[in-house]
Amino acid sequence: MAERKKRKMQEINASSMADISFLLLIFFLVTTSMDVSQGLSRRLPPPLPPDAKSQKNEIKERNIFIVKINSQNELLVQGQQIDVSQLRAKAIEFIDNPADDPNLPEKTTEEIPLLGTMTFTKDHVISVQNDVDTQYQAYVLVQNELVAAYNELRNRLAMERFGHLYDDLEEDQQKAIQKVYPQKISEAEPKNYGGKKNG
Amino acid sequence: MAKIRRGGKKEMPAINTSSLPDIIFMLLFFFMTVTSMKEVTYKVTIHPPEATELQKLEKKSLTRYVYVGTPTEEFRKQFGSETRLQLDDAFADVSQIEDYVVRERSAMDEDEQNLMTISIKADKDTRMGIIGDIKQALRRAYALKISYAAVQRTSY
Repeated sequence: MAERKKRKMQEINASSMADISFLLLIFFLVTTSMDVSQGLSRRLPPPLPPDAKSQKNEIKERNIFIVKINSQNELLVQGQQIDVSQLRAKAIEFIDNPADDPNLPEKTTEEIPLLGTMTFTKDHVISVQNDVDTQYQAYVLVQNELVAAYNELRNRLAMERFGHLYDDLEEDQQKAIQKVYPQKISEAEPKNYGGKKNG
Repeated sequence: MAKIRRGGKKEMPAINTSSLPDIIFMLLFFFMTVTSMKEVTYKVTIHPPEATELQKLEKKSLTRYVYVGTPTEEFRKQFGSETRLQLDDAFADVSQIEDYVVRERSAMDEDEQNLMTISIKADKDTRMGIIGDIKQALRRAYALKISYAAVQRTSY
């Protein structure tokens, strides 16, 4: 017995542990991808019931902002040909309508929690129409500029009222601002262009 | 003044490396949490379009992907060089999207089903015709939350 006590437990050689964990680490580095999925989030309108007639546009003409993209990726905004870089400013002017221009969307006054009485263009709609041959990149760019217009307006209001950027606000504050600047980008029903290009 | 002896006789003591595995494990766990497994092997080439106003997709488990692009080199012979669709690991047709969405949605928890997001990962040179068809199919399948996958634009 006395002999046994003397004997020490032999220490496990742990030097290969580092190698093993390195191996695991490298395996995970190779099989995984760091890039997070990012994208422009959109919401599609619910499908029309099959028996429904194509709904008539009951939106007043001044409330609608039409962006058309043709097969050459050129833009026609409110009947004017412009460059993508001008689209944001155009959209901001349309959504905000600061001078209450009769050609720009109507303004309504409403009580909004946290913000008080606000006057804003409640019923505006931005309609994006594209050709079958439009390049995807051009379409995404247009969507991007429109989202950017909304973000700029939201940030502006958030800075003015709460002193922070929109993303840094509390959830209920964000909701209030969303009410003033709701994202209303309509994904138009695709039109059968057929031979006609003026859809 | 103490004199520092610099005897050539003395050997450098070996650095204790017993904490090395712990450090590596820590790195390992870090990478395991921040990264994600590759979703699928691409059978189509995708150069995503560029944009600036990007939002992160919040929950990976609620996201399903639709890949759109031209088949990669090895599939050219079989599938041609026209724009094709990939769902999960296989080429698919637009008409299969509805089934796919319904199947994937029924596999989710009930309270998460309406949070499902479809991310459209399309090549930037894709024509809008096929994207429009996909959008219509998604509408019919009531998958209304979509996201156009894009990468951050670095310069104009």
